[in-house]
Amino acid sequence: MTKTYYSKQHEWLRFLDDGAALVGISVHAQEEMGELVFVELPDVGTEIEAGGGLAVVESVKAASEVYTPIAGSVVAVNEALSDQPDLVNREAEGAGWLVRLNPRSPGEVPDGLMSAADYAAFLLS
Amino acid sequence: MPDEPSSLAHLPLAAWHEAQGARFTPFAGTAMPLVYGQGVIAEHHHCRSQAALFDVSHMGVIKVSPFAAAERVEMLTPGDLSGLAVGRQRYILRTNAQGGVEDDLLAFNDGHDLFLIANATRKAEDLAAVRSLLTPGQEARLLSGRVLLALQGPAARAVLAEIFPEAQAMRFMSAAWVQFAGQAILLCCSGYTGEDGFEILLPEAVAAQCVERLCAHSCVRPAGLGARDSLRLEAALCLYGQDLTPEISPVEADLGFALSKRRLKAGDFLGAPTIIAHHEKGAPRRRCGLVPQGRQPVRAGAQIVDAEGARLGEVTSGLFSPSLKHPIAMALLAAHVTPQTELYAQVRGRLLACTLTPLPFWRKRSGGPS
Repeated sequence: MTKTYYSKQHEWLRFLDDGAALVGISVHAQEEMGELVFVELPDVGTEIEAGGGLAVVESVKAASEVYTPIAGSVVAVNEALSDQPDLVNREAEGAGWLVRLNPRSPGEVPDGLMSAADYAAFLLS
Repeated sequence: MPDEPSSLAHLPLAAWHEAQGARFTPFAGTAMPLVYGQGVIAEHHHCRSQAALFDVSHMGVIKVSPFAAAERVEMLTPGDLSGLAVGRQRYILRTNAQGGVEDDLLAFNDGHDLFLIANATRKAEDLAAVRSLLTPGQEARLLSGRVLLALQGPAARAVLAEIFPEAQAMRFMSAAWVQFAGQAILLCCSGYTGEDGFEILLPEAVAAQCVERLCAHSCVRPAGLGARDSLRLEAALCLYGQDLTPEISPVEADLGFALSKRRLKAGDFLGAPTIIAHHEKGAPRRRCGLVPQGRQPVRAGAQIVDAEGARLGEVTSGLFSPSLKHPIAMALLAAHVTPQTELYAQVRGRLLACTLTPLPFWRKRSGGPS
């Protein structure tokens, strides 16, 4: 079972068998945003530093920046979101992933990321 | 939600809103319902298809006595107040010396007094401005201990008529005192959504009873400030602080209907030279409707440029329209812009093409865009 890590900014990170990493926003984050009407995704090939702006998710009224927990390059974006931005609401931590990255340091989990249990506790604090 | 500062005021019906699942947001010093459990888009659609109930008690209601004082109060505006008929409401703009707008208000004549409904962020200044013009024997005060509700949507009239038979025949922009639970309440046939509907001013003591009675109808659901914004923008209604500011004239804001020939001739309101010049010769800028191509919303503050990159103006309000299912925006643009001008919005380093669109974006009962 692949482990999912969570950031304090409500992004999640999951390493895949081939070494790539998926990034998205948490169920909590999509609940806070409300129904998404648009998702701005980076161009494939973009190089990004840890903590840098990766994507923007937009509801009716507001836009919210999504940050990457790790450094790397963008190898794919979730094309389904252009027709169905609300897929992020329905399946935030699955089919509603945002970006697939080639990590600069494969498998390395940065300090400050939480397990699912720790994130759940963080949300209650 | 972020912690609210303890200095935030609470609505009289705050407990009721909480019980309905409201999420609150600070607005004009009050914790206001932003959205309830179903979400902004569902609340928006519910208003356009059935009836949405908004609590706008943060707004100010100024009572000016007697109505004859309207002759003085109208000096605040290029609009007509002394000629306002009994039982009628009118939209007016309070101006400043630069010809800009200090607030937009709804005025009502009940045959005895003049009532002014003011925006929450401006009500104190409005009251002071009114008082500065009154003569002895006239007085103005901000009403307290009241709740202001808005019931909006195609089902609103029938719901209200079950409690207040008078509501059935009331025309748009009329208002009347009626009785509820032994108290006088004000029914105004007006709103901020582009739908048929009413605004209801009632004493706190009977407000909970009234909302329970209204929400006993399955077609009535509460809606918050989020939906209120998307509804009013589709109807191309101005939001004070964005589309109307102290730097924007009534003519630039395309609100000519709020100007009275008689008052323009009198010219005794603040900003008269500028406003009269705009009215007679045209204003340098104009409020326009824009539809961005594609799906990305273009929001307030976005700069609008032409094909050469020259600045044409800026977006004053913009969001994703739930009814039209695409982004819409209002912008203050240079007067020379025509439907043939290529327009681009600058959004996060990219240029998004936009098309000039006649306002409003949405009209009720035609079933679709204008």
